[in-house]
Amino acid sequence: MKPTYPLKLTCKEAAALMVAREDRALPLADRAALRMHLLICKACPRFERQLLTMRNAMKQWRGYVDGEGER
Amino acid sequence: MDFTNPGAFEQQIASHRDYLLRFARLQLRNDTWAEDAVSETVLAALARPQAFERRSQLKTWLVGILKHKVIDALRLQGREVSLSPQGDDASADDLLDQALFAPDGHFAEQPADWGNPEQELGSRQFFAVLEACAGKLPAAQGRLFLMREWLELSSEEICKELGLTPTNLYVQLHRARQRLRECLELNWFANPQAL
Repeated sequence: MKPTYPLKLTCKEAAALMVAREDRALPLADRAALRMHLLICKACPRFERQLLTMRNAMKQWRGYVDGEGER
Repeated sequence: MDFTNPGAFEQQIASHRDYLLRFARLQLRNDTWAEDAVSETVLAALARPQAFERRSQLKTWLVGILKHKVIDALRLQGREVSLSPQGDDASADDLLDQALFAPDGHFAEQPADWGNPEQELGSRQFFAVLEACAGKLPAAQGRLFLMREWLELSSEEICKELGLTPTNLYVQLHRARQRLRECLELNWFANPQAL
């Protein structure tokens, strides 16, 4: 979904950009808008940390898959 | 590993069969393909015991072979990975969005504090929940997600293998991530004692 005013994202738009960022590079305008939003928003940095946790979890999961049973 | 005793090698490989099957099933979402991929893995391993280097764990080696067999299967069956970018999936995602956000675009509820990730991630139970959540994704979506996350294929490779457009792939991965986040929040972070 494309934000109408690039510098005023809603949390929903910001969250969508953060999820998209996991798989592809965002255009500069989106990155800038997202950064602005994260500075003024309380909820979205939490959402961002959750995505980071998921990314780490998937990484460790691969390790767990490969190494399970040898522990 | 005792190479002078082929029987023992065979037995050790067989002892990992259930484990390999679990992951092939999760990835392929099709029992026949999964059985085939695991059988081929076992055959490939038995055919080349000398390729197994002592410094890697047997299971790690087998999982490495399995990943290739899974990719082969996905390649072969790629045409059967049907996606419905605008279909039934989409309405389910709208529901997910509605639950998460107020009409004005704010979070309906603050995202939960997921606590100390390091501690959580070290736990076996957590991976069981993660696996269950991945297993609950719609079949085609789950396959794409695991191709990306477990097989570590690039977006370009996945698109090429399955004849998808990047846009279509990103939409599916986006949904998979949203669903996974929701599932983890519900089943682990918000309510770990429910297990």
